[in-house]
Order: sequence, then C-alpha cells, then structure tokens
Amino acid sequence: MSKLNLKTINKTTKSNLITYAMVIGIFAVVQILVATGSMSSLMQGLLVPLCTYSIVAIGLNLCVGYLGELSLGHAGFMCVGAFSSAFFTKCMEDSAMNPTLRFVIALLIGTCVAALFGFLIGIPVLRLRGDYLAIVTLAFGEIIKNVINVLYVGKDEKGLHFAINDAKNLNMSKDGQMIIDGAKGITGTPRQATFLIGVILILIALFVVFNLVNSRSGRAIMAIRDNRIAAESVGINITKFKLMAFTISAAIAGAGGVLYAHNLSSLIAQPANFGYNMSIMILVFVVLGGMSNFRGSIIAAVVLTMLPEVLRELSDYRMLIYAIVLIAMMLFNWAPAAINWRQTHSLKTLLAKRKKEAE
Amino acid sequence: MKKKLVSVLLTAVMAIGCFAGCGTKEAKNNDAFYIGGIGPVTGDSAIYGSAVQNGAQIAVDEINAAGGINGHKIEYNFQDDQGDPEKSANAYNTLKDWGMQLLMGTVTTAPCVAVADLTAADNMFQITPSASSTDVIKNDNVFQVCFTDPAQGTKSAQYIGQNKLAQKVAIIYNSSDIYSSGIESTFVDEAANQDFEVVAEEAFTADSKTDFSTQLQKAKEAGADLVFLPIYYTEASIILTQANAMGYDPTFFGCDGMDGILGVKNFDTSLAEGLMLLTPFAADAQDDLTKKFVTTYKEKYKDVPNQFAADAYDAIYALKAALESAKATPDMSASDLCDALKPVMTSTTIDGLTGTGMSWSESGEVNKDPKAVVIKNGEYVGM
Repeated sequence: MSKLNLKTINKTTKSNLITYAMVIGIFAVVQILVATGSMSSLMQGLLVPLCTYSIVAIGLNLCVGYLGELSLGHAGFMCVGAFSSAFFTKCMEDSAMNPTLRFVIALLIGTCVAALFGFLIGIPVLRLRGDYLAIVTLAFGEIIKNVINVLYVGKDEKGLHFAINDAKNLNMSKDGQMIIDGAKGITGTPRQATFLIGVILILIALFVVFNLVNSRSGRAIMAIRDNRIAAESVGINITKFKLMAFTISAAIAGAGGVLYAHNLSSLIAQPANFGYNMSIMILVFVVLGGMSNFRGSIIAAVVLTMLPEVLRELSDYRMLIYAIVLIAMMLFNWAPAAINWRQTHSLKTLLAKRKKEAE
Repeated sequence: MKKKLVSVLLTAVMAIGCFAGCGTKEAKNNDAFYIGGIGPVTGDSAIYGSAVQNGAQIAVDEINAAGGINGHKIEYNFQDDQGDPEKSANAYNTLKDWGMQLLMGTVTTAPCVAVADLTAADNMFQITPSASSTDVIKNDNVFQVCFTDPAQGTKSAQYIGQNKLAQKVAIIYNSSDIYSSGIESTFVDEAANQDFEVVAEEAFTADSKTDFSTQLQKAKEAGADLVFLPIYYTEASIILTQANAMGYDPTFFGCDGMDGILGVKNFDTSLAEGLMLLTPFAADAQDDLTKKFVTTYKEKYKDVPNQFAADAYDAIYALKAALESAKATPDMSASDLCDALKPVMTSTTIDGLTGTGMSWSESGEVNKDPKAVVIKNGEYVGM
C-alpha cells in the first residue's frame, strides 16, 4: 500500500479520519489527566454519560440528518436498550459467567432489542409520507416508559415470573428475587460501564455510520431524503432503505442505553431520563452540532451535557445561563449573519489576506 | 486544511482547559468537618430539596455558633440534583471535589439508590433525611432519618384502623413512583388485618397527573368515606381541588409526601381543611425544640418548615452525636470517618424534632414513633 498522503485522499475520508482522531485524542488526553490525578471527580463521573449521549446523538443524526425523518422517540430506544440489557445482567448476576463476557452479551442484547423495536415500528410507519414517524416515535417513547413502570418480573428456582399489577401477583417462592420491580425499576445493576468501553462504542458507532453513509445503501438513503420520487423512479426500494437506516439508528441508541444502565445502580424509567424531554434534548444535540455532521453531534452532546455541571458554582443561575448559552450557540452556528461574520473573520481568510499583502 | 487544523487544535485546548480547570480546588479548612448535602432545589420536587437545604443550614449554624463538634466547625455545601439519579451522581462527585467527608442526602429515593452505591464504593458515611425506600439502606454505611416506605404504609393502615377513621377506604396512588407504590402495597397488606375495607385502588402515572376525575369518581361510586393518598403534595392539591369541584367530600389521609401542601402556589388552602397526614413532625408542636426551630426557620426563610426540614435538622444533629461519641477529628479521611461512625451510630440516641429517643438499627432504619397531623385553619395541628 502506498504511503497515506493527507493531501491526496478523498475529502470525506479525511473528515472521517479527523473525527476518529478527535475521539481518540480526547481519550488519550483524559487518560493522561486521570493518571496524573489532575482531573476532578465530577469530570471523571461525567465521562460515561458524555459517551452515552454522544452515541445516542450519533444514532439520531443518522435518522434525522441522512434519512431526513424526524424521530422524537430516541430516548425510548435508549430505554429499551437499557432495560433489556440490565435485565439480562441481573438474571445472570448469580451465575458463574465471566463479568466481561456478560457485559458484552448484555450490550448485544440491548442493541438487538432496540433494533428490533425500531424495525417493528418502522415497518408500518416508514411506508408513509409526512411526519408520521415523529408522531409514532413520540408515542412509542411514552408507551415504553409507562409499560416498564407497571411491569413486574421476578426470578426464583422455577424460572421467571411476570405480572403487570403488583409484586404479589408474581406468586414467587419466598427466596425469589425481584428483577424489574415496577416503578422501582432495576436496582443493583453492577456498574461496569467505563470510559474505555464508552469510547470504543463511540468509535464503533462512527465506523458503522461512516461506512453506511458512504456506501451504495447510504447514497440510496440520501437520494430518498433529497427527492423521493426521483429515487423511486431509478428503482430504489424506498421502504427497505428507510427501514435499514432507522433500524441502525435505533440500535445505536440502544447501545447508548446499555451504557447508561451499567453506569448507575438504580435504573428507573422517569420522564427526566427516558421521557420526551430527553428525546428533544438529543435532537438539540443533533441540530446544534449540524444535521448529517457526526463530529458536530459528538461535540454538541459533550458541551451541552457538561455545561450545567460545570456551571454548578453559579447554583440557581445555571439553568438561566444554560438557556442563554444554548441560544447564543444556535445563533453563532446557524444565523446567516453569524456565518457571514465567521467567514470574513476566519483564520483562513485572515491568513490569505496577509499572504496577499505580503505579495 | 489549515482551518481544520486550527479548529482541532482549539477544540483540544478547550477540552484540556475545561477538564484541568475543574480540577482546581479552593484551599481546604483543616479544622472543619465537610458535610455535603444533595437534593432537588429545582424541578418537580424542589420544595423538599429546599426544605432539607434550609433545615440543615439552621442546624449547622446552631452547631457552629455553639462551638462546633468537639470544638471543630462544620462546612456545609448543598448541591442540586433535580431528582434525577444521573444528576445526583454528578452532584456527589462535585461535593467530593469540594472535599466532602460526610454526606447528608439525598432527598428523594431513586437518586439516593444510585448515590448509595457510589458512597459504598468510596466508603463515605451517608445519612439520608428523607429517601425512604429499603433499597437505600442495603449498604451498611447508609442510615435513614425518615421511616421506610413499607413502614409508612403499615403504620398508616394501623392508624386508620385503630382510630376507626373509616369503614371503606379508597386509594389513589402514583404507580410510576417508587415512594407511592411502595407505601400502597404495604398499606393494602396491612389493611387485611384491620377493621376496614379497601374498596378502590386507583393508579395514575407521572404522565397523567393533571386530571383525577376518573379516579375520584370511582372512589365516590365505591362509597369510600376515606381516601388514602400516598402521594406527593403537588398531585394531592389537584385531587383536593377536583374532589371539591365534583362535590365529593371524604376524609383525605396522606403520608409525609403530603407535607408541603399548604405551600403550593395558587392552591386554595381552605380545601385542605381536615386533611390528615402521618408525619413525624408538626410545626405547631409546643415543645421548646420545635418552637425554636420554627421561629428561626420563619425568620430566615419566611416560611413554615415542613417535615423534610425537620428531618434534615435531625440528620445533622445525628451526625454531630455520632461524631462526638466516635471522638472523630476533621483530619480523618472520609473513609476513616465512615469506619469510625458505623459502629457508634447504632448506639447513638438523639432527641430531635421528629421524635424523642430516635435510634438506629444495624440495617440503617430509624426507630421512632409516628405522629398524625391534621390541617386546621390553614395550619398543621398535631392530633
């Protein structure tokens, strides 16, 4: 293979490589800071949530940016992934299974279950035109949260017991163990998610989406987004490609959920963590970072998750400042005047000007 | 290309600056105990968090004014968690950076379970004023000031049965909330042994908490003369308003989550007349300790303290008593303090606002007597 020349490689490849390098670079910097002990506990505690939200934002960006369909239920997919994986981990906790292997299987289960739900929802909805996906995913997220809140699952020597009224209806034997305890959710999931796992998952998610959007399928997906009739006329199977992108998007959100579930020992489905507010929050990461810009999604997710925590010093004013920063960032990134100003004042033009003057 | 490079560089610098910048700490006072608190001071259950924050602040000020614990002052810092487990973990880590040695928190249950797992890993001593689930105290470093949910359900049923408050009882509870469903299930269990009948069990969830007419209608049709509301005050205020609008006037009976109902904005407090609640604290109690606490609280925060403030006040004094009997000094690490406090906590007894002769079992549960309070003329009055 010839030497990799940065000047001659394809522009997309270069951009993708920069994204990978950014993630790995931040990982390396963080590891050095942790090793030298100059990183606060708050930041160390935030590392895994930052990875979680970055992953979900990547997943949603595939759906919103490339497929061009609005999903308001990605917190629901996260929720499904979180609960199915934590359920598996809790079931297998007493068995002699290797914890790392158990986590990997839990990760696969969480991802697959979220993908399955994405697929099932997609079958009817993605055949329609218009905003139906947004409506259905919004409902899905809310339904999932409420179903989990009334679901009771226990385990004893006879096997698993299910109920949707209360714990007494499980008819478990005395030494039975509750796994999903209605509104109490799943408690005592081992905290296995680490920053390393989070970063690896981000890299895998990036690898999947980059390769998808640069493939034949990816071009078909973007063709559907840009002009559905034209895409149909050249023989692209609309439903198939839409379903493909949406399922992958849901699966990535599920993987984020697995990370979430294994980072806290109490997993509950509340409006704050898996409600539509969270779905909107993830959408904000995507919109602020730029549609179909995965690097932007990661940066936006990291900045916006970190901001309220870093502003803790300001106590009650932090929510106010958070909102102002959000508006300011949105204007700076996307207002036409701001884009104009950025272009005339960017380092590139300044350097070019200086060069010209020197000549 | 250059622009890209510059942007990458800037991002890296920003990231490093941010990560490293947050590592800096203000100088630590070596002659003070660092007590941290966590609770929601914004969001849905802000009344509880603020009450805990203020109640504990009063206790800290009193102790510092009286010379501190074994001659050492207390430094106190309270962080917001919005009632969310993830935010609570962040708040805990923030406090750790601040130098916290003992944790008084968290206020609500689900975040407390998450934080209890972190304190167990760090071996940090934790006393929660109001997180009432039994999951909270499964580690030996956590103690509770309030009753556990099962205990509240059982005690409420016993109280209603023994005082013959009703023949037919309806329950309206929040099935998506740990606190509420926890109390409900033990209440129903205990009701079987009592001299009244549960005629309706109506649930609602966090997403449908604005209209309760269906639940109230069913309770009315079942002929319930007492409605048990093991829920928080926000929803309870709506239930009371709607029951009044439909002309249904049973006795309402709540638990400690009902405390604070008189502080709800735009709520006609006359509707709460006759509402009974099982809570260990009544602001109009005539003992000196309560009087002094209520006066100070009113002076400082222009509000009548609720049970959460009292729990927090007691939590700080429980910490003081335990630290004194363990002869602890502020130069001990959080882990050493925890090891020193765990054994003495079970032999510590304090007379607090929420009960006299409060003591703790090895599991972390508190032993104290419940009190019932009724709302009369817009005030909480002991029964």
